[in-house]
Amino acid sequence: MYDPTVARLTYRALLGRRRALILGALPLLLIVISVVVRALTGADDQTAADVLGGFALATMVPIIGVIAGTGAIGPEIDDGSVVYLLSKPLKRPTIIVTKLIVAIAVTMVFSAVPTLVAGLILNGNGQQIAVAYTVAALVASIAYSALFLLLGTVSRHAVVFGLVYALVWEALFGSLVPGARTLSVQQWALAVAHRVAGGDLVTSDVGLTTGAVLLVLVTVLATWYAGQKLRSLTLAGEE
Amino acid sequence: MTTLRIDHVSRWFGNVVAVNDITMTIGPGVTGLLGPNGAGKSTLINMMGGFLAPSTGSVTLDDQPVWRNEQIYRHIGVVPEREAMYDFLTGREFVVANAELHGLGSKAAQKALATVEMEYAQDRKVATYSKGMRQRVKMASALVHEPSLLLLDEPFNGMDPRQRMQLMDLLRRMGDEGRTVLFSSHILEEVEQLARHIEVVVAGRHAASGDFRRIRRLMTDRPHRYLVRSSDDRALAAALIADPSTSGIEVDLAEGALRVQAVDFGRFTALLPRVARDHGIRLLTVSPSDESLESVFSYLVAA
Ligand SMILES: Nc1ncnc2c1ncn2[C@@H]1O[C@H](COP(=O)(O)OP(=O)(O)OP(=O)(O)O)[C@@H](O)[C@H]1O
Ligand SMILES: [Mg+2]
Repeated sequence: MYDPTVARLTYRALLGRRRALILGALPLLLIVISVVVRALTGADDQTAADVLGGFALATMVPIIGVIAGTGAIGPEIDDGSVVYLLSKPLKRPTIIVTKLIVAIAVTMVFSAVPTLVAGLILNGNGQQIAVAYTVAALVASIAYSALFLLLGTVSRHAVVFGLVYALVWEALFGSLVPGARTLSVQQWALAVAHRVAGGDLVTSDVGLTTGAVLLVLVTVLATWYAGQKLRSLTLAGEE
Repeated sequence: MTTLRIDHVSRWFGNVVAVNDITMTIGPGVTGLLGPNGAGKSTLINMMGGFLAPSTGSVTLDDQPVWRNEQIYRHIGVVPEREAMYDFLTGREFVVANAELHGLGSKAAQKALATVEMEYAQDRKVATYSKGMRQRVKMASALVHEPSLLLLDEPFNGMDPRQRMQLMDLLRRMGDEGRTVLFSSHILEEVEQLARHIEVVVAGRHAASGDFRRIRRLMTDRPHRYLVRSSDDRALAAALIADPSTSGIEVDLAEGALRVQAVDFGRFTALLPRVARDHGIRLLTVSPSDESLESVFSYLVAA
């Protein structure tokens, strides 16, 4: 289910100069914000939770997930170079699972690590806030990568759809409309984070069981479906 | 012995019929798939390579289905029409990756790079390659596993004459080794230089099939018209009409040019420059007035 060559091609494409810059920008912004906030307000648990929950988990993680998830396969399908993978005796699900693993790793590195660093800067992991949000970022990385990898497999406009989902649904809708919140990777991740932090600084609209089940379900289904889609991916001439 | 069977295959995109009920069998040796732009060559090759499902009909390689059968790629090598490859890799890394994906090592990759004579540039990034170099590296990636069926979509596009010759030699060699080699082109000369067997596709239909001499005759046994301007039209006209390849000449006073009708296309194209040189006449314009492929092909289809 894993092919090292596919993995190498994927991460080299993902970490190409331009995309690496985009991937690095948001984490850098998070660190800068944290340093400034810490300098202005001192160590404060509520502020730390606000920054990590409002910016890191609600905005940065999904956007990194979009870039890594769709970027792991979308550009290859768009420019047709995926033909070099498809013309090999490789099981299509192996290609998808390998790309998923790379996308998860990249999303984790560029979102969970900076979340932890930012948390340490903000309040030195007081009340386990830094660790809790880092765990949330880690689990969210998995689900986002799977969702956006699927999106990159089925749509030519994956980045746009992905960003709309990340920004409109997760960041805006998800925090305003109660119903939408149950169907949000962010809330499921928060349910796990709540478990880590305890207390009421990290809260979720869904219970731990619901959150965990939905995370697993979405990840598995999205990955399975992406594999099916790749099996019948057609390469036609450019109109 | 590798035989590719295309059986009553059609493919449509919305209401565009790209391939219309084509049946053909491609066996060992080099086969040329000839057709004008938009004829459906790429669509057909994509179906032969298992990258596109036929809307109806079937494509099989030695009785194995090609669509949704990734194990078939142990026997198929593909050189796609599109340019994109992994530009951030060097040529060598690209071919090695392709070898690894076949479960082979860098030895196979090195051999393929040597076959296409790209070793000298193998450590440069693909992004810096010329079109012909890309084409050769694509070729190497298709050869790593020594496939018995090789599919090439417009492989000579963008190649200079020397590279073209080299690739033709290579394909000819592979055909002689008993591999099944199919390449597409919209240039008749290219196809007949290389392929003993030709399949002609026009507007999605299978227009003709067979030995290149037969196809050639279908295409050339009819008048070809040229518009010629020269430093001395009348002298040129007199010299041309003396040759049997010319069947008629009209001096078009309004255009200030000759309208020449040639019966033997090949002979006439060789004759014209020679005659002009011998008589010290300078050719200013030579434009085929109906030589567009479409007209040649529509003639062929009507025939
Ligand atoms: N994905 C697609 N969607 C819609 N129409 C398509 C698609 N791919 C091909 N076509 C149409 O199918 C027909 C055949 O196209 P195809 O690319 O197979 O021709 P071709 O012979 O390869 O042409 P060329 O010499 O330009 O490469 C054309 O009319 C083209 O517009
Ligand atoms: Mg084509």
